[in-house]
Amino acid sequence: MHPISTVHYLALSAALLLIGTVGVLTRRNIVVILMSIELILNAVNINLIAFSHSLPPIEGHPNVGGQVFAIFVITDAVAEAAVGLGILIALFRNKETVLADEIDLLKW
Amino acid sequence: MLTNPVLDTVLFYLFALLVLGGGILTITRHNAVHSAISLIVSLLGVAGLYLLQQAEFLFAVQIILYIGGIMLLFLFVIMLVNLDQAAKERQFNRQWLIALAAVAAVGAEVAIFIYKGKDSFHIAESAANILAPGVKNTEVLADSLFSEYLLPFEIASLLLLVAVVGSVVMAKKRI
Repeated sequence: MHPISTVHYLALSAALLLIGTVGVLTRRNIVVILMSIELILNAVNINLIAFSHSLPPIEGHPNVGGQVFAIFVITDAVAEAAVGLGILIALFRNKETVLADEIDLLKW
Repeated sequence: MLTNPVLDTVLFYLFALLVLGGGILTITRHNAVHSAISLIVSLLGVAGLYLLQQAEFLFAVQIILYIGGIMLLFLFVIMLVNLDQAAKERQFNRQWLIALAAVAAVGAEVAIFIYKGKDSFHIAESAANILAPGVKNTEVLADSLFSEYLLPFEIASLLLLVAVVGSVVMAKKRI
């Protein structure tokens, strides 16, 4: 068996990114679309952690730049989920639907 | 800290199975609650991958914040908006064939990139596990976050404030 290298993590992350993209593009339910966006953000995080782990240490300390960035990505995910779900509640109150293709106020 | 390569390999594939299986179930289930539970499984797998790479702080953050915080929010909203009606309807939109084709194209592109560039990542194995004794992950992370990345940290706190106020304004009946 090969030892696990950064390439394994990159392949896994790419697969998760594609799963998330399929979810965003094909589902109608807005809640599931938001969940797919969470999947995409997690794929990014796996990448960041893998690169952070593979970089050589600086002056004896491990290189944690990637982990710090992963913290910022998680912060963004929280903000995005809070605002997105707030919009969803407002939308549901006005239009009584959570299906993305029935919300066509701006369509010609 | 010495790690066993065989155990690492087995754990990696176990967590990868959790991540991908949970992800696929998330985007295919009809019921939104089932999707949310599958997403929790997927996020747990990601947390395990963090632990495999000695990112212990992020492992804790992933479980407490993602699974405990964000997924709870999702489940609240699923219960709040009535999704029983939506679960009976068509779950996929009309463009799904085009979407799958586009995603397959992107997937092929990424696969070629990773395949061509896989030789550049050989430093990974040699640099792994060089953690000086007595240095803890959380400590190093805090040092870096509060010195090198202080300004982004403050901006992130501002972003969270804006998001909190914004979501309250959005969800309020009358302002």
